[in-house]
Amino acid sequence: MLRFLLNRLAKAAVVLGVVVVLNFLLIHAAPGDPATVMAGEAGAADQMFVDQLRKQFGLDRPLHVQLGTYVSHILQGDLGFSFRQQRPVADLLLDRLPATVVLTLSAFTLALAGGIALGLLAAVNVGKWADSAITVVALLSYATPIYWVGLMLVLVFSVNLGWLPAFGYESIGAGHAGLARMGDIARHMILPVATLGLFYMAVYTRMTRASALEVSSMDFVKTARAKGQSEWRIVTRHVLRNAILPVLTVAGVQAGQLIGGSILVETVFAWPGLGRLTFDAVLQRDYQVLLGVFFVTSVLVVAFNIVTDVLYVLVDPRVEIAK
Amino acid sequence: MNRDFLHAFARNKGAVLGLAIVGAVILVALAADLLFPASPWEMAGAPFGRPLADGMLMGTDMLGRDIASGVAHGARVSLLIGLASTLAAVAIGVLLGAVAGYYGGRLDDLLMRFTELFQTIPNFVLVVVIVAIFTPSLVSIVVAIALVSWAPLARLVRGEFLSLRSREFVQAAITCGQGDATIIFRQILPNCMSPIIVSASLMVATAILLESSLSFLGLGDPNAMSWGFMVGSARTVLRQAWWMCFFPGFAILLTVLGLNLIGEGLNDAFNPRLRRKRKA
Repeated sequence: MLRFLLNRLAKAAVVLGVVVVLNFLLIHAAPGDPATVMAGEAGAADQMFVDQLRKQFGLDRPLHVQLGTYVSHILQGDLGFSFRQQRPVADLLLDRLPATVVLTLSAFTLALAGGIALGLLAAVNVGKWADSAITVVALLSYATPIYWVGLMLVLVFSVNLGWLPAFGYESIGAGHAGLARMGDIARHMILPVATLGLFYMAVYTRMTRASALEVSSMDFVKTARAKGQSEWRIVTRHVLRNAILPVLTVAGVQAGQLIGGSILVETVFAWPGLGRLTFDAVLQRDYQVLLGVFFVTSVLVVAFNIVTDVLYVLVDPRVEIAK
Repeated sequence: MNRDFLHAFARNKGAVLGLAIVGAVILVALAADLLFPASPWEMAGAPFGRPLADGMLMGTDMLGRDIASGVAHGARVSLLIGLASTLAAVAIGVLLGAVAGYYGGRLDDLLMRFTELFQTIPNFVLVVVIVAIFTPSLVSIVVAIALVSWAPLARLVRGEFLSLRSREFVQAAITCGQGDATIIFRQILPNCMSPIIVSASLMVATAILLESSLSFLGLGDPNAMSWGFMVGSARTVLRQAWWMCFFPGFAILLTVLGLNLIGEGLNDAFNPRLRRKRKA
């Protein structure tokens, strides 16, 4: 297990290294050099200021030296400075990270658990009405733009029915504390988590259904049935454990898309996470923040991947033996 | 395409429905200027007009622009970007996948690590960063979407090439002295067109979703009316005017659904064995 983990960590380090280089190249490929961009962001673009910035950030030195400086800064946790917000990018990101992690983790759990359950339910009832209903709903959710689902949910549950808050993280000025505050936050979470979770639930439902159907036709399932095992035991012990494997693989790969989706969902619900920060940075063309978001979301994706890899080993003991 | 294939496709109700939807969207996109001769940016009536009031099918937005006209003209941008970025992504994916699968060995290893990397990094965030830095335009959007979309296809093509490479017809071509490029493009590639076509049709759908998300965030081409932009700009008046958000978003839903249905229909029609197994 230790060797397996070390192997995964090394892989993660490579991915992050490439992301850092990509970030560096992107900021240099941008129209106008970084000093002009920074001067523009700081709101003063006269030549002397630009030259001063160029010297201060070592932009007059060769490219590979600059890359070295850039990497060493990142290793020290320095992700640059946002002139628009007058704060270090790392601080801005750290402020917003918890809200995004809470949102994406909840949505991920909902999508995975719901998707596997619904997919299995459809596979067990293949050809019957439950299967058709689940398939159609999954097909529709899979085709819907995530931000639009969020807006429509707000329209129904906040504007028309008035059941749930339409935006924010908690009620401002309500003065809730302790358990009441947790409940308040939970109420605010329902719509964003449902919006983000539904789309990916559709993906996992479709995958689980297909893979459960494939597993169901295999010999060991027939054997279990011939031995007279109960249908419930066959589905949970034999079909589910095997059918879940490809779903976990895809879930790990899609973690990146889930986090991308959270940008849209946070924009719709004014959720105070990285997504909101990204939206504001887009409006203000705050490149340093955008590149920081790209780096931090990559870190998140890599972490998600390690978690799903470990889950995979736990569910399927054969994997480790094969390594 | 043979008759069996067409029969199989036509028997699939979902696929036919998808074809009808996408066909209708293409027609509307082509006829947008005939149906709505005025620019979709121009004022056509009173602001905040409800659907069907004043002869506006889908109502007007906060500046009195005709929503129906915007939806019709927006179809062009969606289809154009969906197709262009898919073509570019298919070109990259097929080339890298073919080279990796055909030559194998270290080159394959290297190319596949590179591909994996592009599958891992957060796609949408990268698209946002690229388009924001290079300023939004049709070209930068197409390039950015293509850059994040080719990886799964490259893996697929590589797998096909890996298994086809050792077949007799390829051995025969090598014995005849055909060059690598000829074997790759004339011999092997035509034999793995069906999975490529299936993925491409699904990629168009994903690209349309990506483009609409970009426009929703305000990163669309500023000169083109698009569905995502319409939803994004109407977001703040959702409480007063649901129709401004509803219709453009519904247009995206229909188009993407249609493309997905076509993709699945193609998949089933290309793999008759799979289809029979599913029915059993």
